Amino acid sequence: MSAKVLEVEGLVKRFRGVNAVRGIDLSVHAGEAVALIGPNGAGKTTCFNMIGGQLKPDAGRVRLEGQDVTAMTPRLLWRRGVGRTFQITTAFASMTVRENVQLALNAKAGRLNRVFGRMTVAFGKEADAILARVGMSADAERPCAILAYGDLKRIELAIALAGAPKLLLMDEPTAGMAPGERVQLMALAASLAKRDGIAVLFTEHDMDVVFAHADRIIVLDRGSILAEGPPDKIKADSAVRAVYLGAGLASGVG
Amino acid sequence: MMTLDRRSFLAGASTLAALGAPAILHAEDAIKIGEVNSYTAQPAFLKPYRQGWELALEKVNAAGGVNGRKIETVFRDDGGKPEDAVRYAGDLLDAEKVDVLAGGFLSNIGLALADVANQRKRLYLASEPLTDALVWGKGNHYTFRLRPSTYMQAAMLVEEAAKLPAKRWALVAPNYEYGQSANKWFKDLLKRAKPDVEFVAEQYPALGKIDAGATIQALEAGKPEAIFNVTFGGDLTNFVRQGTTRGLFEGRSVVSMLTGEPEYVDPLGAEAPVGWIVTGYPYGDLNTPEHVAFRDAYKAKYGEMPKLGSVVGYETVNSIAAALAKAGSTDNEKLVSTLEGLKLTTVFGPIEFRAIDHQSTMGAFVGKIALKDGLGVMSNWNYRDGAKYLPPDSEVKILRPAG
Amino acid sequence: MTVLSPDILLIQALNGLASASSLFLVASGLSIIFGVTRVVNFAHGSFYMLGAYLGWSLTHRVMTLGAPGFWGSVLAAALIVGAVGVLVEMLILRRLRRAPELYPLLATFGVVLIVQDVALAIWGPEDLLGPRAPGLTGFVSILASRFPVYELFLIAVGPLLLGGLWLLFRRTRFGLLVRAATQDREMVAALGVDERRLFSSVFFLGSALAGLGGALQLPREAVNLNMDVSVVVEAFVVVVVGGLGSLVGAYVSAVLIGVIQAFGILFLPKITLVLVFLVMGIVLAVRPYGLFGRFGEGEGLRSSVQETVLRPLSATSRAVFTLAVLLIAAMPFFAGDYAMGLIAELLILAVFAASLHFLMGLGGMASFGHAAFFGIGAYGAALAFKGLQWPMAASLVAAPFAAAFAGLVAGWLCVRLSGVYLAMLSLAVAQIAWAASFQWVALTGGDNGLLGVWPPTVFASRSGFLLLTLALTVAALAALRIAAFSPFGYALRAARDAPRRAEASGIDVRAMQWAGFVIAAAFAGIAGGLYAFAKGSVFPTYLAIGKSVDGLIMVLLGGIGSLTGPIIGAFAFGGLEAELMASVAFWRAILGLVILALVLVAPSGIMGLIGTRIVKAAKPAAPA
Repeated sequence: MSAKVLEVEGLVKRFRGVNAVRGIDLSVHAGEAVALIGPNGAGKTTCFNMIGGQLKPDAGRVRLEGQDVTAMTPRLLWRRGVGRTFQITTAFASMTVRENVQLALNAKAGRLNRVFGRMTVAFGKEADAILARVGMSADAERPCAILAYGDLKRIELAIALAGAPKLLLMDEPTAGMAPGERVQLMALAASLAKRDGIAVLFTEHDMDVVFAHADRIIVLDRGSILAEGPPDKIKADSAVRAVYLGAGLASGVG
Repeated sequence: MMTLDRRSFLAGASTLAALGAPAILHAEDAIKIGEVNSYTAQPAFLKPYRQGWELALEKVNAAGGVNGRKIETVFRDDGGKPEDAVRYAGDLLDAEKVDVLAGGFLSNIGLALADVANQRKRLYLASEPLTDALVWGKGNHYTFRLRPSTYMQAAMLVEEAAKLPAKRWALVAPNYEYGQSANKWFKDLLKRAKPDVEFVAEQYPALGKIDAGATIQALEAGKPEAIFNVTFGGDLTNFVRQGTTRGLFEGRSVVSMLTGEPEYVDPLGAEAPVGWIVTGYPYGDLNTPEHVAFRDAYKAKYGEMPKLGSVVGYETVNSIAAALAKAGSTDNEKLVSTLEGLKLTTVFGPIEFRAIDHQSTMGAFVGKIALKDGLGVMSNWNYRDGAKYLPPDSEVKILRPAG
Repeated sequence: MTVLSPDILLIQALNGLASASSLFLVASGLSIIFGVTRVVNFAHGSFYMLGAYLGWSLTHRVMTLGAPGFWGSVLAAALIVGAVGVLVEMLILRRLRRAPELYPLLATFGVVLIVQDVALAIWGPEDLLGPRAPGLTGFVSILASRFPVYELFLIAVGPLLLGGLWLLFRRTRFGLLVRAATQDREMVAALGVDERRLFSSVFFLGSALAGLGGALQLPREAVNLNMDVSVVVEAFVVVVVGGLGSLVGAYVSAVLIGVIQAFGILFLPKITLVLVFLVMGIVLAVRPYGLFGRFGEGEGLRSSVQETVLRPLSATSRAVFTLAVLLIAAMPFFAGDYAMGLIAELLILAVFAASLHFLMGLGGMASFGHAAFFGIGAYGAALAFKGLQWPMAASLVAAPFAAAFAGLVAGWLCVRLSGVYLAMLSLAVAQIAWAASFQWVALTGGDNGLLGVWPPTVFASRSGFLLLTLALTVAALAALRIAAFSPFGYALRAARDAPRRAEASGIDVRAMQWAGFVIAAAFAGIAGGLYAFAKGSVFPTYLAIGKSVDGLIMVLLGGIGSLTGPIIGAFAFGGLEAELMASVAFWRAILGLVILALVLVAPSGIMGLIGTRIVKAAKPAAPA
């Protein structure tokens, strides 16, 4: 198996005495897509935000390629190769699609402190290449403000890819999208990750998306890991079925 | 080459010409005075001022003008902002081609206008601004002032204050140059006249924003025997009302700058602080022939009594007209040398523009506030000739580096 | 020296509480209006003033009726002002609901100007002293001191009003809706509530409270034409210190400010000018969202509605600009001195407006105190020129450095906040700088200013100075434009568009905003330095709130979505004001009407108007 990109050990978070996350261990390998699922309140988002640097864990370690990155800010994590998309999608609305990606590329190249020279003259080709990969070439000149939600999700992915990430954190990547678009977007993300050897960790409500694209699934319940394994195994896990998936899964996955 | 004047410039450059007043047609040979003042920012003083101004202008022109030419005024409102006053002074000199400048109410605007006058080598007759700096510290060759300065009014009041038995004094003044220098002179001069006085409390409320209750309490805390007040306008009104309710003035003498001016005492109505020793203007009781003539003409034209602003506006025009007549020309250098030492008779009596510091010797009335028909008026007043309330020439020379 | 006995301390505390009640009356209405409608209502002070004037007129009519006449008049004044508030909401603000967030502010500023002149026309220029409250004219003796009964009454009014509002908001459906709208605007829309009626009723309540506050001042203060602006700024301070949307917070902060001011007068009488702002600065530095505020409230002011893509100048615009520059450069051949002086001044204002636009348009940081840097630049240049006897060129160079240094300090404080909190902290910083310029007489000459800053040699003539100004302003505007399109400019905009996204894409949001703040300050400083030489003098008014508001108006009037907007706005507003003031008595009302008309016709500024015209002309058919 390929190298471990993300390693999480004993992550704990309490809110006013309530244990939201109680000692989670997990790892993600290069080129692997891991889904983090669980019922509402299971601790997915808290866990995710601790890994992504939005929250400070009360205990535990987060390692990126073996190096300790616990409680680093999102920006420092980005510098070490962590890309991220948000549940409520945002792109830079006052810029065109291409400018969004070019800006991320400029950031990667450490050029943001330049006050001279047009931002748009640098990394045009690179930006177009990334846009081609997410299928947005035709929209390169359009302002982000007028994009449809599904397209915005792709742009966000493109921005994340522009940082040449080793690890991609996607929080509910398909939330708010039409069912057909969801599978499409996740297929795109998974294939890009496979091709470039990016480790992907994502949370997701849509079980079709999860079972179709996750290499491995981690099920959380009340702050702890309930089950972990490949989709087939999770589908078959009676504990998961009983506690979480219930009848809905049966119909959903057939 | 043809030069675009201001109005045609406007018509071309903006849509404003339609909004603006119709262009005034000037008689070709009129002498023009450019007048800049804070009309919209200080309307209480400046409305009567302008009325007085126009009354004088009418009188001068009815008598055939000066040197055979009519006098015209171009007014500008600076909105209380010195930077705008500077622009309009430039506008008046450049576009309106005025011969001399006048006006100013706030001290900083007076100083700004004086600086423009100095730069452009034009006569500027400051009518109202009271700051000493205008003729002393920052005085210049082209600037003259009509009204008695802060120093002069403080000196007149010190004369009265020194006669009082009080030794413990509290002072209250608005927090800007006028208030601070009034306090400074009052303290200096009173200490000189009566070395055993003490100053036990000093308050500097922000201009127009006095917190009267707290200010009064802070004065009270000093347990003064007498109070020197420099606040005016809305601050004064609030100070008097709260001070009366709180008993601040009971058993204490109050000596107060400008409070006898109808501009400031009228709004107080029947609550005018009886017994305060003030500088001001007894418009109803001043019955010198010059003043009666002025008052009658003013009442006939405007249907109201003149205020101090009316006198200031009126005499500013008269002073300029007198200088023009004596100089026989609009040449500004000639006007400056004519004004130095120029004597004329005003509704307050004879005055002289001193050659040494360009300050006029116009005086002020000092008296006590009394009530008459539900309004505060001055009683037991007398006129203090400004000439007697200026420092000796040797001191003036030190105070005025410009010479 | 001052003898401090316990009764003096007690009385001073009571004085503070009485002022606190007066402040709370105004601030509560402002807070409710802002909470629900997110309108920064500058006209709130005008409602307060109207309440006082109406109360004065009504009480004088019914003087013979005694107490019922007085209190009836006070109530009637409040209700009339409430109705005026509804009118302003319905006729003006309702139409601006979809405009960028700060445009309603511009509209309310137009209302301020109109109300000032209307009040002048109706009630005249003189201060009006209202009657004392029948039955409450006396005093009570507290220890050795007298304390007016009316002040005791006012002390009680604050908590009573707070209790009444609390009941209203907890026990009625209207109150529920107001609270819901304050916390989450979308929720109210989702609940299917008629937003228009809610907004109108909130405006009625808020304005009536302001009117009541004004009318209740009658027995303590003379009514005058300057009440509006001074009270609205203090009310803003109270609301922000208390925490937006919190009425309890507003009351607590009113008490804090009232009492601190009363004791400040006792112990530090010379710093009365700045005490309130010092308190606000300290509170916001320690508790960025106010005493009772929560993170997230007040974000509404963030002017991030600007989602227009910035484009480089088209060939046509380039040609127009070149032509304009050439025309100005040729002015010495055909124009008079006045025209040249005015254009030079407008060019300088354009740089000032452009620097503010860089901060609020690109950086999303609406500053209510940008004039501080303009003024510091002006003082920097004047002090270098007059004090250090530097040549003019060196003095002009000193200006942006002085301003940038101030921006470094102020920016460090301000960029930790956003939205209305940032705006108010910038105002506090500016007020402190203004007070320093006003009171540090040895350095700045106090309110008498620094004089004799006239440009030497060839630049002394209007034409020489115009050409110098033209060269420097074109260079400055070009530099700001280049910076806007640079990687830094994009990063600044990214930080405004989506801060979380930006942070996760490697953009150091705070650092970018801080740098943006410093750059904006430096360019304002350039403008200030030039202005000092244009006017030959420098005064504290250069740093005053009025100048900052002028800047805001120029930026918004021109259109915040375009880099050309502030330049157009500066020429339109500066030119309009100069010409109206020169020729019309009621210039304020006309200026206010013009602002209102422009805002209503072109709710995204003049450039927005031009933009839509061009788009319409270019695309006659509806886009597919």
